[in-house]
Amino acid sequence: MVDAAIRAEGVKSGARKRTSLRRMMQRKSTIAFFMALPLITLISLLVLYPAGYSLHLATLNKSMERFVGFGNFTFLFTRETFWMVVQQSCIFAITAVIFKALIGFVVAHFVHNIPAKGQRKWRGMLLVPWVIPPAMSCLAWLWLFDPSYSAFNWLIALFGGDPVPWTGNTYWARFSVILVNIWIGAPFFMIMYLAALKSVPEQLYEAAAIDGASWWQRIWYVTLPMMRNIIAITALFSLIVTFANFDIVRIMTAGGPIDTTHVFATWSFRVGIEGADIPLGASVSLFMVPILTVAAVFILRDITRRGNES
Amino acid sequence: MQKPRLSRRQFVATTAAASAVMIAAPFVRGARAAGKLAIGFWDHWVPGANDTLTKLVNDWAAKEKVEVSIDYITSQGNKNRLTIAAEALAKSGHDIFAFPTWEPQAYSKYLEPVSDVMEPLIKQHGQVNATVEYLGRADGKWIAVPATVGSQIKGPCSRIDLMKKLAGVDVQALYPAGGPPKADAWTLDAFLKAAEACHKAGASFGIGLGITSDSVDTAGAIFHSFGAALVDKGGKIQAKSDPVRQALDYLKKLAAVLPPDAPAWDDASNNKWLISGKGALIMNPPSAWAVAKRDAPQVAEQCWTHGMPAGPKGRYAPFLPYFWGVWNFGKNKPAAKSLLAALSTREAAEKMVAASGGYDLPSFAKLTDFKTWAEEGPPKGTLYHYPNPHNHQILSVAAAPAPPKIAAQIYTQGVQTKMVVRHLQGEAMEKTLAWAESECEGFMRT
Repeated sequence: MVDAAIRAEGVKSGARKRTSLRRMMQRKSTIAFFMALPLITLISLLVLYPAGYSLHLATLNKSMERFVGFGNFTFLFTRETFWMVVQQSCIFAITAVIFKALIGFVVAHFVHNIPAKGQRKWRGMLLVPWVIPPAMSCLAWLWLFDPSYSAFNWLIALFGGDPVPWTGNTYWARFSVILVNIWIGAPFFMIMYLAALKSVPEQLYEAAAIDGASWWQRIWYVTLPMMRNIIAITALFSLIVTFANFDIVRIMTAGGPIDTTHVFATWSFRVGIEGADIPLGASVSLFMVPILTVAAVFILRDITRRGNES
Repeated sequence: MQKPRLSRRQFVATTAAASAVMIAAPFVRGARAAGKLAIGFWDHWVPGANDTLTKLVNDWAAKEKVEVSIDYITSQGNKNRLTIAAEALAKSGHDIFAFPTWEPQAYSKYLEPVSDVMEPLIKQHGQVNATVEYLGRADGKWIAVPATVGSQIKGPCSRIDLMKKLAGVDVQALYPAGGPPKADAWTLDAFLKAAEACHKAGASFGIGLGITSDSVDTAGAIFHSFGAALVDKGGKIQAKSDPVRQALDYLKKLAAVLPPDAPAWDDASNNKWLISGKGALIMNPPSAWAVAKRDAPQVAEQCWTHGMPAGPKGRYAPFLPYFWGVWNFGKNKPAAKSLLAALSTREAAEKMVAASGGYDLPSFAKLTDFKTWAEEGPPKGTLYHYPNPHNHQILSVAAAPAPPKIAAQIYTQGVQTKMVVRHLQGEAMEKTLAWAESECEGFMRT
């Protein structure tokens, strides 16, 4: 009798287990998890593992035989070039993002006002700089800025001007790399802002027009508030990508002249791979993380706050 | 049924017979009897040069019954250096790798000593120069074999006509084809005067002040010519020394008559400068001349490769050797060493030099007399002095004699050319020296 009771209990608990497993498998979150699993695995392999490994490398000495803790970071703080790279990375990223945002905003308005029939053609053409692989477009820009055979200098010479050392002088070299970054990145802002503009309800503009709002007031009191979140997210995304930029600086100036155009990624490559000091190179690249984290926290907090308010 | 029993005597007899058969039997070798060998060679600039190397390797492989696989890895974008770094970290990859100048020292702990290959080669082909020893030896052992492929001297390649017309210098008389140099008057002062004259006439010397190797090598050789070293052999920083001041002062004067965009030059800029017909002189191996031969023959026939000017402490020429090294985690070290010995014979070196149009250089003293250098043209004899056949220059590498791991940092970061640019742009000499001292301090970490 006892045995039978136990058996019955066992059968019941087995059935319950099967049912709960089935229920769990049928839950939307479980299905979503399994569907996302390949991506999670891919991200773990291609992002988390390299990130963890670079953290590990950054704690080793130059010959990678000894644990030195934060030794590489404290060493970097004593280097003049490192602080120049910090400064240059900030100048590069902030200036480029501001100009990309401004140009993107203006061009998005122009495109938005083009009649729907011809708009697709313009949208496609304006996206070209963004869709060309940067390595290719940078090479084309390099030829335009070439130290000795610059096409721009040829044009300047036609008008009797002196040649400009585009990549040979610190300020011109900084200008050149920032300009190329803006050229490549502005279409991304344009397309994001255009999408945001299209989602602004037309009634708001009509109401503003009835109230006698000027063009500028419509932009300031209707368009901008409606686009604030997309502006913030686009700026954050672009800031991260621009800060971590490698190809433009590497191809255009390789960090020169006298290191004045290096950003974190290019200097990290120079120190780590070309200088055979992989731990120090890893430390340089990791230095971007706290800076970008602070920027991300501030921007995302602002977005969340506005989301809650609305 | 009784089981057959093996007596002790029978066992001994059977074993002896079997052993005799085993020893006496002929050794049948299969096509891959000596295993596999994976090689990572440098991808040569010169079209067809890789084919000659492949053929040499395949001939050796057929003879030694080794299955070989060759990857030609370009140095464009530092792909070869990235591969070296990855293989060293993974402790896996090729058996043999072609290491650029400083890499054997950087990865010395992962390299199989090759003194057993180098010692017979030195006996056979003569000594190697001090730069090869400095870069290829660690802890008293050879860690890599100097490769013919990719090794180069970066001396001047002058325009015969422009130098004669604008600066009054007859480079062919200083360095006659087929004979020893008559270059006592070819000093750094004469070089500066010629540079000033050519600059004034609109045909500046095409010497870069960037941080790629062509720029760094020239600055390094001029530093050596003044006896200037940023860090000495013992690892002591000497940035604030008189020879460094003299070298910097000289280079500032020279930089003032170089193209204004020289700080942005890379290793292609000087080639373009020569081929476009703009400049009277560049510092380069004969690759620029070879391209000119194809693209601008009227320029090529006026080119003459010759020796460096002498400074107060001697006549130093930049020398950049490549090395073939064997990873100590490689799976077939005996075969790898055998191949390196085979690639270092006189016949093999001569074939490689011919295939590269005279660009490649063996590092051994007795291998500088190949007919390729004497016969290449136009003009005939233009490469005669390229391999330093009369040993009238000291072959050097920038940043030596600092301990190699420190020197590699000085070299890679282009400290010497950066010093020149900083000083040229108006920074006070002592401030530039203090900056260099601080940079070198940073390179001391282990």
